Amino acid sequence: MAEMVMDQAQRPGGLDRAEQGLLGAPVPRWEGAAKVTGAAPYAYEQSPPGTVYVAIVPAAIGRGQVTGVDAGGAEALPGVLAVIHDDPRMPAGEGNSRAKPQPNTGRVYHYGQAVAMVVAEDGEVARAAARLVQVRYEETPGRFDVEKQAPIREHGLGFLPAIDKGDLDAAMAAAEVTLDETYTTPVHFPAALEPHATTAWWEDGQLTVRTSNQIAGAARKTIATALGIEASRVRVLAPFVGGGFGGKTGVGPEAVYAAIAAERVGRPAKVVLSRRQTAYVAHHRSHTTQRIRLAAGRDGRLSGIGHESVAAQNEIGEFLEPVPFGTLPLYAGENRRFRTDLVRVDLPATGAVRAPGEAVGTFGVECAMDELAHRLGIDPIELRRRNEPEVDPTNGKPFTTRRLLDCYTQGATRFGWERRDATPGSVRDGEWLIGMGMAAALRGNFTVEAQARVRLEVGGRAVIETDMTDIGTGTYTILAQVAGDMLGLPMTAIDVRLGDSDFPASAGSGGSFGAGSSAAAVALACEDVLAELALRMNAAPEDLRLKGGQVSAGGRSAALADLVRDKAVEGHGRMAPGKVSRATSQASHGAQFAEVAVNAVTGEIRVRRMLGVFDIGRVLNRRTAQNQAVGGMVWGLAYALSEDGVVDTRDGRFVNPDFGEYHVAVNADVPQIECEFIEEVDDAANPVGAKGVGELGISGAGAAVANAIFNATGVRVRDFPVTLDKLLAGLPPL
Amino acid sequence: MHFTINGQAYDADLDIRTSLLDLCREHLGLTGSKKGCDHGQCGACTMLVNGRRINSCLTLAVMHQDDEIVTIEGLGTPENLHPMQDAFVRHDGYQCGYCTPGQICSAVGMLDEVKKGWPSHVSGDLTSAALSDEEISERMSGNICRCSAYPNIVDAISEVAGLTPAEREVAGA
Ligand code: FES
Ligand code: FES
Repeated sequence: MAEMVMDQAQRPGGLDRAEQGLLGAPVPRWEGAAKVTGAAPYAYEQSPPGTVYVAIVPAAIGRGQVTGVDAGGAEALPGVLAVIHDDPRMPAGEGNSRAKPQPNTGRVYHYGQAVAMVVAEDGEVARAAARLVQVRYEETPGRFDVEKQAPIREHGLGFLPAIDKGDLDAAMAAAEVTLDETYTTPVHFPAALEPHATTAWWEDGQLTVRTSNQIAGAARKTIATALGIEASRVRVLAPFVGGGFGGKTGVGPEAVYAAIAAERVGRPAKVVLSRRQTAYVAHHRSHTTQRIRLAAGRDGRLSGIGHESVAAQNEIGEFLEPVPFGTLPLYAGENRRFRTDLVRVDLPATGAVRAPGEAVGTFGVECAMDELAHRLGIDPIELRRRNEPEVDPTNGKPFTTRRLLDCYTQGATRFGWERRDATPGSVRDGEWLIGMGMAAALRGNFTVEAQARVRLEVGGRAVIETDMTDIGTGTYTILAQVAGDMLGLPMTAIDVRLGDSDFPASAGSGGSFGAGSSAAAVALACEDVLAELALRMNAAPEDLRLKGGQVSAGGRSAALADLVRDKAVEGHGRMAPGKVSRATSQASHGAQFAEVAVNAVTGEIRVRRMLGVFDIGRVLNRRTAQNQAVGGMVWGLAYALSEDGVVDTRDGRFVNPDFGEYHVAVNADVPQIECEFIEEVDDAANPVGAKGVGELGISGAGAAVANAIFNATGVRVRDFPVTLDKLLAGLPPL
Repeated sequence: MHFTINGQAYDADLDIRTSLLDLCREHLGLTGSKKGCDHGQCGACTMLVNGRRINSCLTLAVMHQDDEIVTIEGLGTPENLHPMQDAFVRHDGYQCGYCTPGQICSAVGMLDEVKKGWPSHVSGDLTSAALSDEEISERMSGNICRCSAYPNIVDAISEVAGLTPAEREVAGA
């Protein structure tokens, strides 16, 4: 076992000596052929023979108690095997990676909550029968309107405690210029294209669950807890996950349902949520109300900054959107206040969706900075430069790598920022009003423990095994690149096995910590392998040179396969956070730019181009990293313009829980988007020096679009998304 | 019931409510076509029926007994990729891969529609449709990619279509 605890900045030597030329290179995805041919198996596919179908019966009320279930009609349908509603292990409410499954008490916490299931021979019958299950309720009035609930200040929810440093009120009173504005963001659905799905089967008391989940190891524990069995009796498989975006970090009730169904009928069972069910049974991102206060001098220097918000959670949820998380280290200013208050509602659970905190928090702080720049007559980039802190202004810790200023400079040049006219509404192209906007991007970086195994097999191929998942993030590819580089093997000589909870435990995919942590664990496992190879070469590990399947040291050379002979070489790696992780302030950074055209007659908004320049530490694969960063920028675009989950405040239903009405970006919404990296290896982040990518692209992207709309039209919309009805009244005369 | 899929004959004993998509995924082991919504809203289930792209979740299997059906499995295999599949790999026109079979089938069907001269919403001239990035984006907007690999998807398709950089930039209207 090769181990690195991040007590100080460090890097495995084998990584620096690597000669294969894979790391960082834009190599195509390792699993690409499987994906483009449809051969890659997702959770609901390639089911074992005899698999039965489970359909969920959703609650038809927003709050209350189940008083009885009449399953007779459903049971009478040919093909129905069981209707299950009274099993105490059936969870009520949602799973979250940290939440304990709620026992089944018949309590209804929200509309659409799973309250029963039908098990049938085929999917059509199961779905039809689910509609025949008669559930009786005792209904109680629900809290469905977030605006009408009184915020709770002392709630203990979430990982981010309230921060009050200095005296913001006094700073506001004394400042030459102040800004005090409130911004709101709506409910956002993660809406991964693959709906949540699980296939479960029992063999000799052992449960195997193939599920669409971001974190296989945590899922194993949660499922075991829910079923009241030892974790060692559960195996979770998630080799391919059709997108997660936070919505698959926890174990949904449907996964436990599948296990219970399989046990009850003695056959493998599978379940998939319908598109609309995903909105209710999986968590969403809370709406937020964000009050931003900025106290500044006429030179733009901040003396105070406040980011105080309200976000929602239901009665049993334990998560709270950490709205100001990205604001904490962003700008200087002595007096600082950050808090998020809670409103309790009777709606589906809120939870972590791509960049919890920053994705919506940047709408507040980055639009506010744009407004302040406008009021002061200072360029928005210059205003940000003047407030760039030396150390983390909230906790005083030193930054590890922070290239934010370089991102601004490089981005401004590349985007042609100097061509921007600072007077809103002054640039026209026919009937279109043209504007440019920018915003800072910041996403906190986490160091999370991870392990991996690398085995050089007889014949000279390498096999990587970890319970890490690839949810579209490029994990298969980057892990193969790390091992290939360090062991001197081409991509084609490497097998990557992921998403199996029997493999060494990783951090899973979430919080953008997956790539750095799992790549580090693989790099360390390779160090372990190299140590054994050095022994066999009778050389020091530092003297080994590995390339193209050949090892050389001290003038001698051997094929890797010959060195392995008939004895495979297995290495284990483990990386864990340590002193330097706690003593420093770490984040990925970037600068976002957008150019929009707003139709002067109709108010229609088109994004013409976007550019992101990002500081993500070491770039592990330029192509997959760019793709992910651009994908995040597209999310920002859609958050700015169209994504808007609407609650019917009469009964707690969602008005638009599907792709027909909840508008994610489609191809025609998206221009060609450019993305660049400023690469500085961050040796304090983890042993491969990579910081998070997946959530950085969304941070600030939407604010850049909103700021561009202001520059185009002179209309400042603070209630997101910015739709044409909110612009029309304020558009300049034709 | 009898079906011809990817040139192969299949027999299946079906509930008549079974969609063409579920026929393939749940009865014939052809799980390459994906289900993202089951409502014609996402395009993940796109197949080619008699050469035309359709949302296979919106049509009943029983209606297609005499049709030529091509799914992603019929376009290419991992060892022998169709040019569109190969372009998606090289341009990284995906992330999670769940929309990808639908995108690829849709792109193949779409290029054929352009060849036949069918205009789109953004076509400047309704009688002679010329392909451009804008046309590709418009015509591919029935295929949602939540990972949002859209720029790379457009790159891949425009390469297969053989567009020059100048042709790619032509605006329609
Ligand atoms: S599954 Fe058919 S369009 Fe979405
Ligand atoms: S690749 Fe994930 S939805 Fe398109």
